[in-house]
Amino acid sequence: MVPLNWYLMLSTVVFMIGVFGFLTRRNIIIMFMSVELMLNGVNISLISFSHFLQDMRGQILVFFIITVAAAEAAIGLAIIIALFRNKTTAHVDEMTEMKG
Amino acid sequence: MSNYLLIPFLPLAAFLINILLGRKYLREKAHWVSILAVAGSWVVAVMTLGDVLSGKTLNQDLYTWIVSGSFKVSVGFLIDQLTVVMLIVVTTCSMLIHIYSVGYMHGDNGYYRFFAYLSLFTFCMLMLVMANNFLQLYFGWEGVGLCSYFLIGYYFEKKSASDAGKKAFIVNRFGDFGFGLGVIMIFLTFGTTYYEPVFGQVGGFANQTVNFLGYDVHLMTLIALLLFCGAIGKSAQMPLHVWLPDAMEGPTPVSALIHAATMVTAGVFMVARCNPIFSLSETALMVVALTGAITSLFSATIGLVQNDIKRIIAYSTISQLGYMFLACGVGAYTAGIFHLYTHAFFKALLFLCAGSVMHAMAGELDLQKMGGLKKYMPVTYFTMLLASLSIAGVPGFAGFFSKDEILWMAYSGPSPVGKFVWLIGTIVAFLTAFYSFRLIFLTFHGKFRGTHEQEHHLHESPKVMTIPLVLLCLGAIFSGYVGVPNLIGGIFGIEHSNWVAEFMKPVLGHPEGHGTHSEEWMVMGISVIAGFSGIGLAALFYLIKTDIPVKLAQQFNAIYKVLFNKYYVDELYSFLIVRPTIWISEKVLIGITDAKIIEAIVNGVPKGIGVLSQQLRKVQTGFLQHYAAIMAAGVLIIIALMLLR
Repeated sequence: MVPLNWYLMLSTVVFMIGVFGFLTRRNIIIMFMSVELMLNGVNISLISFSHFLQDMRGQILVFFIITVAAAEAAIGLAIIIALFRNKTTAHVDEMTEMKG
Repeated sequence: MSNYLLIPFLPLAAFLINILLGRKYLREKAHWVSILAVAGSWVVAVMTLGDVLSGKTLNQDLYTWIVSGSFKVSVGFLIDQLTVVMLIVVTTCSMLIHIYSVGYMHGDNGYYRFFAYLSLFTFCMLMLVMANNFLQLYFGWEGVGLCSYFLIGYYFEKKSASDAGKKAFIVNRFGDFGFGLGVIMIFLTFGTTYYEPVFGQVGGFANQTVNFLGYDVHLMTLIALLLFCGAIGKSAQMPLHVWLPDAMEGPTPVSALIHAATMVTAGVFMVARCNPIFSLSETALMVVALTGAITSLFSATIGLVQNDIKRIIAYSTISQLGYMFLACGVGAYTAGIFHLYTHAFFKALLFLCAGSVMHAMAGELDLQKMGGLKKYMPVTYFTMLLASLSIAGVPGFAGFFSKDEILWMAYSGPSPVGKFVWLIGTIVAFLTAFYSFRLIFLTFHGKFRGTHEQEHHLHESPKVMTIPLVLLCLGAIFSGYVGVPNLIGGIFGIEHSNWVAEFMKPVLGHPEGHGTHSEEWMVMGISVIAGFSGIGLAALFYLIKTDIPVKLAQQFNAIYKVLFNKYYVDELYSFLIVRPTIWISEKVLIGITDAKIIEAIVNGVPKGIGVLSQQLRKVQTGFLQHYAAIMAAGVLIIIALMLLR
């Protein structure tokens, strides 16, 4: 049987790839995908804990996260399309309207 | 009890009605409310006099005002002999002045406002005299001060009037500060502010001393002098007399009200009311007597050379108030209150006559431009002549009886300064007669010295103004007959003809004079001679040899200038107090405190925030990755902290 630690390591690696991708890539769609990776990294740890602790609450939470992620994907992509139509670019460094 | 309440609260109601509804609804009818209210007060006051005469006095709380620990103050009323005399004086004069104002203020823009303030003034004075504790006295005291400010500055568009209003208020503040301290001292000493327990226990503190600024001071002297500070301010005694002559900027009925019924008499009333305290301190009494005597002499000499008709009367008021304090200072409180009562009639009358003259002269106040008004305004002339005879102390008139009583008490009383103040009082009697008749002769006799248009305009005042004059004139003649000296009464076989002294005895006591009948005749004779010679001299100077005063003024130019400029007291105060205050205000308060400290804080705080935010805004780069990196770093820090804990 695969021990818990391995799952957690996998979860951490996936999450960190997501974080790394989010911080380094400039393409907004790639960043968006990195966010999904982070969510799934968390999901893995939840599922594994749920399995090892014989508690269904973790899995329920995962369903919620997947639902939210789906909704987020729908809305996020819509926003990205709207942005792209305005700016004709998907590069975040060109979007600095929030500069103080 | 309940009907006594009408006395102060009717004028208060009139004030509220006039001030709330006057401008829109009452307008030219505003006087009805005020006059009916004060007439109602007068009727109840007369009924109250009846009650007190039949021996009923009253001391009752109406309503608890403040309770804090052992400190308790109520709105309460004390009706005794002293109160009732004041009630009669205040309501009678006030009522007649109200009626007179209908004619005098006719057509004025602020008609309703004028009557509203008159009513409020009357209310405050009535609260003052009816109080049964020091705090309510203080309420009335400040109330009349406030109303005087409103009414002296009634023509507020005129700079001189609004300045005079401020001056009255600020000068009074000096005295009131002392008075407030006096009331606090009374509370600290006796643990209460009610008259009855205070005056009851006062004997027990007769020899107590208190440490004041490192000196051991006789407690009663301290309290009495602090209270007297208030009286000095309110009753315009030296050195706080400067506001009263300037108060002439108000409409003439207001001057009459301030000088006769409300306001300035409050100081004398307060000293008489606190006679148990004053009587325990010989020093305080001496201060009172000397202040009164010196003020009286001082202002009488100023009155000799003034040319403004109202100012002369104002100085004569200060002088007569000095007389009243002189009387209180030699322990003759009854004589002081008696003089207050007779003075109220003839002084109100003098002012209202002056107002009538002004009315005819279209606002002219300068005696040099009058003359010969006798034939144009006979009623005013005769009433003013009678008032002047009264103030000059001509036998048979009210002023004679009260003045004689004061002089005799000063002469015969136990006071160490008695003889001295008697001498001053006699000199002042001479001066009073002189300047009063100077006023009469210059105004009503001789030839008219004004312009042709003014002469054409001359006319007697309407009935609504002359009737109060005639009524007050009756008071100026007959009001003295309640206090005929026993010496004179004895001739006509009347015992206790000095009825007012008997009446006031329960409240004010009665000092026994040590003098023989012949001495009393002598004192009376001297004061009568002084009065007549004053009148005679005035007649000589201003009727027969009219060139003498001019020559005298030239010969004694220095003295004349000093007198004409009122001993330069105003200039002195301006130099010592007003200008340094303005200098400090401008240089220190505006220049340093305001500009350097307050503005520095007020402007510095936003400026500092601005500088700080200029730096802080750089954090907001607008780059998404920066935000995300900071967030990630934050998360890492939090995790690190949690692991390290």
